[in-house]
Amino acid sequence: MPLLNTLPDYVLTTKTDELLNWMRKSSIWYMLFGLACCAIELMHTGGPRADLDRFGAVPRASARQSDLMIVAGTLTLKMALRTRLLYDQMPDPKYAIAMGSCASCGGLFQLAYSVCDGVDKILPVDVYVPGCPPRPEALTEGLLKLQEKIMTERWLVRSPNGKQVAAA
Amino acid sequence: MYINFGVPLALTIIGVGFVAIMVGLQRLLAPQNPYDRKLTPYECGEPPTGPAWINFNVRFYVIALIFVVFEVEVAFVYPIAAVYLDWVRSGRRIYALSEILIFLLILFVGLIYVWVKHDLEWIKKIPVED
Amino acid sequence: MEALEILERVKSRFGDRVLEISEKKPDPFAVIEPSAIVEVGRFMNEDPEIAMDCLSNESGVDYKDRIEVVYHLFSYQHRHGAVLKVKLPRDNPSVATIEGVWKSANWMEREIYDLLGVNFEGHSDLRRILMPEDWIGHPLRKDFVEPPEYHGISTVRESPIIRLDTKKK
Repeated sequence: MPLLNTLPDYVLTTKTDELLNWMRKSSIWYMLFGLACCAIELMHTGGPRADLDRFGAVPRASARQSDLMIVAGTLTLKMALRTRLLYDQMPDPKYAIAMGSCASCGGLFQLAYSVCDGVDKILPVDVYVPGCPPRPEALTEGLLKLQEKIMTERWLVRSPNGKQVAAA
Repeated sequence: MYINFGVPLALTIIGVGFVAIMVGLQRLLAPQNPYDRKLTPYECGEPPTGPAWINFNVRFYVIALIFVVFEVEVAFVYPIAAVYLDWVRSGRRIYALSEILIFLLILFVGLIYVWVKHDLEWIKKIPVED
Repeated sequence: MEALEILERVKSRFGDRVLEISEKKPDPFAVIEPSAIVEVGRFMNEDPEIAMDCLSNESGVDYKDRIEVVYHLFSYQHRHGAVLKVKLPRDNPSVATIEGVWKSANWMEREIYDLLGVNFEGHSDLRRILMPEDWIGHPLRKDFVEPPEYHGISTVRESPIIRLDTKKK
């Protein structure tokens, strides 16, 4: 029944795709997934001074109600299994941002026995935001890059231009 | 006479149509990708244990029952209050007042019973027989 | 009381079950026989002059030839502290639990069991506290080898620093 990737590449369908992408990027609800010190900068980015709410991104506590997972902080092996289950339980379309150096590559704690080196070992990451911790402006830049990435997606159109996203 | 139903009909059509358009657009345009791990019950990342249907405290039932009885009593008092002034003006004040007071008195006896039997407390303390 | 005085009192009470007392330094310790640690702990807790009512820390140390369990005691009544040590062999280290004397030893002994593998006899709930329940091995031992993967997640990440080193050669 869904029309995903079934329609040809006419102006009407690409403009509808752009409309859908604009709707999705203007209200990305992120899941509060602050694990360690980067969580404090995530709180600051959601706070009043460097505001994420002006981009339409409001924090949600539950994975079932969010479409972005900002992994902020060091991922231990014990937590990695739960993180994978939470990412699985998010509804499509879902995105992930690895915030900070611990989530990107293990960071300072790469050689530790209990640390999972980077969250991209367990889930597909769309944007990496480097920093230890990244400033709120850096995380905002990461979110804007994610918005640019969302605008290139193609949902209705079948053509090879742009990213095909059906049934990821 | 049937023209009076025109407004509710229009509202029904708008309501049902709105929901149908929203859900229909979602069915057409939204990605649907269910798989096993996505459909597991949400337990903040931990694998879920135990059944989803659990026993509820029976006090909920008792409190709801008492509530329904007294709510219906209040619903019966409202029409009396609406026509009371007419009855007073036609000189039959005593009848109206005594009827409604007898009604309230019967249900008040029920309230006294529930009160004495400690059914208004959430945790019912039964006296221990030694 | 000075810490050395406290330890001398313990030695005079328990004789040669106190194996040695360190020299005078800011934090002197006494090494106790593993079988006597519960009695010594209870004595130090209940004696009115010493009155150690707080086990402020209990930790394990892995030397190459032995494993030690170190108890840091403190008294809120008299504001003095002392240190006790127990030396255990490396293979199958085992000592009685002092959870009966100080309740805070519960989680501290769980941590030592989790990370060093010391078995505490008589502990009410000895299981892993920091590592995942199905982890194999005790990480803070000197001979611990990191497993190459855990539940499908590989524990190796090539670091660019190492690549720079190999480039130098």
